[in-house]
Amino acid sequence: MDRPTLDSVFPALPVWNGPGTSRIPFLAYTSDELHRRELERFFYKGHWCYVGLEAEIPIPGDFKRTAVGERSVILVRAQDGSVHVVENVCAHRGMSFCRERSGNRKDFTCPYHQWNYSLQGDLQGVPFRRGVKQDGKVNGGMPADFKPAENGLTKLKVATRGGVVFASFDHDVEPLEDFLGPTILRWFDRLFDGRALKLYGYNRQRIPGNWKLMQENIKDPYHPGLLHTWFVTFGLWRADNKSQLVMDSRFRHAAMISTRGSSGAPSQELQVTRVSSFKADMKLEDPRFLDIVGEEWWGGPTAVMTTIFPSVILQQQVNSVSTRHIQPDGHGAFDFVWTHFGFADDSEDMTQRRLRQANLFGPAGFVSADDGEVIELSQQGFEQKPFHRTLAELGGTDVADADHMVTETLIRGMYRYWREVMEA
Amino acid sequence: MIPIEFPAYCALLQLYADYAQAVDSGNWDLWPEFFVDDCSYRLVPRENHERGLPLATLSFESKGMLKDRVYGIRETLFHDPYYQRHVVGIPLVRASSEGRIESEANYAVFRTKLNELSTVFNVGRTLDVVVETPAGLKFESRTIVYDSEMIPNSIIYPI
Repeated sequence: MDRPTLDSVFPALPVWNGPGTSRIPFLAYTSDELHRRELERFFYKGHWCYVGLEAEIPIPGDFKRTAVGERSVILVRAQDGSVHVVENVCAHRGMSFCRERSGNRKDFTCPYHQWNYSLQGDLQGVPFRRGVKQDGKVNGGMPADFKPAENGLTKLKVATRGGVVFASFDHDVEPLEDFLGPTILRWFDRLFDGRALKLYGYNRQRIPGNWKLMQENIKDPYHPGLLHTWFVTFGLWRADNKSQLVMDSRFRHAAMISTRGSSGAPSQELQVTRVSSFKADMKLEDPRFLDIVGEEWWGGPTAVMTTIFPSVILQQQVNSVSTRHIQPDGHGAFDFVWTHFGFADDSEDMTQRRLRQANLFGPAGFVSADDGEVIELSQQGFEQKPFHRTLAELGGTDVADADHMVTETLIRGMYRYWREVMEA
Repeated sequence: MIPIEFPAYCALLQLYADYAQAVDSGNWDLWPEFFVDDCSYRLVPRENHERGLPLATLSFESKGMLKDRVYGIRETLFHDPYYQRHVVGIPLVRASSEGRIESEANYAVFRTKLNELSTVFNVGRTLDVVVETPAGLKFESRTIVYDSEMIPNSIIYPI
């Protein structure tokens, strides 16, 4: 496979090196056909996808337009306080009718022919359904056997936990708790332990790379201590930090758990600081960027990055917490939506601290801006030689939890799951 | 229309023009010097600004933080290199008093990556407080509210 003949530069199917997943075919990132299959099998069937936080729709009638995979959906709180997710496609002529990104409504009306839906997505009004009376005669109207109950908006199944809302087009999907599994649930509940959340706002970026690369970025503890100078230099994430990598039983979700070590310049012997990105003499002009104050709910770890396959990443990096929503746009790009939040019982100081540390993250962040850049350039590499493959063999070729960071086992795990579901 | 003397308006125009020239020049050290020490620089999505949400894409609270950003651009942030070009509209003066002007201006930034076509990178307006100092006019605060719905991957250099 490594030596292509002229006719194998653009293979039809991904070629793996045996049953393992340590060498991932570039084609997995470049094929439109595989991308559509991913949408069907991961985003639209058998999985829960992140749609938002309950704190974004606190009041009955509040809605937020968002996406599951490449399908536009509306997250809405009904008058009785219940949370619903409906697809943003009118049952009549298919118009994507909801254009505002958020707001408050009593009901939904498609502007085209004013078909009207309840917040739960039930069709409740069709203009001229019984025709129009003129000169003693009824003109037109819908057929007598037209049943509004059968012509509502597509309703998604909804699950909420700790203030986070997930949805699925698949009403046979397993319960959210089973989907996450006990290992991941523990880390999920650590962050979303039932405290009321306070919405800080959004950052949105379009990254010209395959959506899986963002999952892989946060399943890759190898790069932060090399690419991200701030992490290495200030000891926020370093290969010698006390850490743990864990997965659910099917290896699709993962958590990277790390406890901050010492910063500054330790012994020259220490390998992890003999990397070019470590800057012993780097000092902040304004140290408030890293005014870190430990919080009780951390229970030790200073950073826990949780990847929930396929749609979301949950971030705790010291005092900064956010969700990062993956919304694919074809095989070669995705929208990445950051929702930063705090907790309702935060002091004013803590709110300021979380907002200040947000400078490290997002599309311009001192740390995270790099990630989008390397993803874009990886995609460029894939596109030019789709017959080739990546190497994810740090720490071996197996898939297993680890008590250190010097391994790419989480990426191998994700592709073991990918191959199983994709049958590819 | 807020009355402002023509020489004062000329000085304001000069400040905007100099700023644009500086942030497009690639000499990043010039950038913090447009601000007073105790300054505010915020780059904010229009969505957050209009909904009163406090999150900014970047939020700096001192000249020191701007210098840290310069260090980041030069030394720590890996990025695909690009040129940027600001086109700034005529500033609108909202209020003025002795030694202090509140003004705003539309802007567009074009990005040109090596071997690529030039594209519209970021568009919006700046809400500014400008003060007179012994070293000339400086920004006390710049709140840059951008319309652009999606950041094309990342923003590295100062807007």
